[in-house]
Amino acid sequence: MTSLDKTGAADTLAGRPRRARARAGVPLPLLLPALLGLAFLVLPLVALLIRAPWRSLPEQLTSTEVWQALQLSLVCATSATALSLVVGVPLAWLLARADFPGRGLVRALVTLPLVLPPVVGGVALLLALGRNGVVGRWLDSWFGITLPFTTAGVILAETFVAMPFLVISVEGTLRAADRRYEEAAQTLGASRFTAFRRVTLPLIAPGIAAGAVLAWARALGEFGATITFAGNFPGRTQTMPLAVYLALQNDPAAAIALSLVLLAVSVAVLAGLRDRWVTAS
Amino acid sequence: MTRPADRHRRTLKAAAASVAALLALGACSSSGDDASAGSGGSASPNVSGTVTVFAAASLKESFTKLGAAFEKAHPGTEVSFNFGGSDTLAAGITGGAPADVFAAASARTMKTVTDQGEAAGTPVVFTRNRLEIATLPGNPEKIASLKDLTRSGLKVVLCDKTVPCGAAAGKALDAGGVKLTPVSYEEDVKGALNKVVLKEADAAVVYRTDVRAAGDKVEGVDFPEAAEAVNDYPIALLKNARNATAAKAFIDLVRSAEGRKVLTEAGFLTP
Repeated sequence: MTSLDKTGAADTLAGRPRRARARAGVPLPLLLPALLGLAFLVLPLVALLIRAPWRSLPEQLTSTEVWQALQLSLVCATSATALSLVVGVPLAWLLARADFPGRGLVRALVTLPLVLPPVVGGVALLLALGRNGVVGRWLDSWFGITLPFTTAGVILAETFVAMPFLVISVEGTLRAADRRYEEAAQTLGASRFTAFRRVTLPLIAPGIAAGAVLAWARALGEFGATITFAGNFPGRTQTMPLAVYLALQNDPAAAIALSLVLLAVSVAVLAGLRDRWVTAS
Repeated sequence: MTRPADRHRRTLKAAAASVAALLALGACSSSGDDASAGSGGSASPNVSGTVTVFAAASLKESFTKLGAAFEKAHPGTEVSFNFGGSDTLAAGITGGAPADVFAAASARTMKTVTDQGEAAGTPVVFTRNRLEIATLPGNPEKIASLKDLTRSGLKVVLCDKTVPCGAAAGKALDAGGVKLTPVSYEEDVKGALNKVVLKEADAAVVYRTDVRAAGDKVEGVDFPEAAEAVNDYPIALLKNARNATAAKAFIDLVRSAEGRKVLTEAGFLTP
């Protein structure tokens, strides 16, 4: 597989001069809206940077609450991504490869959290997994587990919101991947699971990585489901977006400072990953 | 935050209950166009057009009722509300949002508006709100005081100290010398209330008006320390009001006996 990728990269390299010539002639009807779109996305961030309280920034960043929130955000977003990978990749495989009645319906159900307002997602989680919830009451009475107001609750809330991004992304890659590799493996005696593990998984690794990055980013910024399901307690359930929102209530400058920290960290992580994986897709 | 649909329904029911009063009100003012001294207090004759009122979220039920009464009393007028967190509303007003009247849930938030010179005249305190403990229906944990909330195994939620209800709760806890570690500091009062409504928390410190609005979903417990942390609600005409005449008339209605009655029904205290 890696050799395939390398050939692909070589092709791109060889084709560069021709592409450069093509770029000179970007049609105006495409260029203008593209630039407008770019400006629209970048301008608010630039405004944030311009209005940032640079002078008080060091003071804001040395508070333990900020680091606590940042650490919790990173831990929870990463755990949520891991959880999404463990159950999301098999789910994507099921949607892309298995034939079963009602697959369209299942796919629609999987994407539902994408359109659900996260706050509603949080309420739904409470109704399902809360102390008095449909499943939660049994968790409580049998195992003494209550999820609301815990870090585990934050991870679940983030997973609920972020996993669909991963599933959609991985399913798309699976559909685009050449099935014949798997079939060849199976004709050579590999079981379907071995073929998945040894052939399919490496084949779609870039797609999984891209999906995981998307899910991670979404989980990192999660607010509504988290505060509704897990509440807000510093060090336990107060992630950065919650800290930012509450700071916004009476100290907008502090909120901007916190947002910058979150932005800087996520840009650093995403840029670091980009070179490794994301561009490969 | 989310509001259970049934709360809404209850609000409608409450609104329906007060229809009789409103009808009487409307009848008396529409009979005499000019001398509509009836409800609006000192309503002036040429009140017309749209009044835009920015009001604290806790005023939603009462102000919606008063808005309907105002429109009845002054045919041809329309009261347009923007309910939200007082801080957010204040930020909107100082940022140039078009509003005629601002009714805040705390003196501090009104101050951010007056400090920017956005208010016309001095704000007036028109009502007050007191804290209460919201417990599960029937109060199964037998909570009778602030101190009871510190019992181990009890899940208590408070508002975050950055929002008015959290600041007030902090003041009350300090006054009682009670040290309380909640399971969560909620982002607003409805968030705290909903945790009890959904039975995820055993108790929350919220406003009396929220307990009242939640009906039989929660039970309210009064506590003496609440007297130390009563929130004043100031109302002010704004400098850039585009319809100052109607705005003044609306403020008069809020401060009239009729306005006081609606607010008291919702659980507010007289100023």
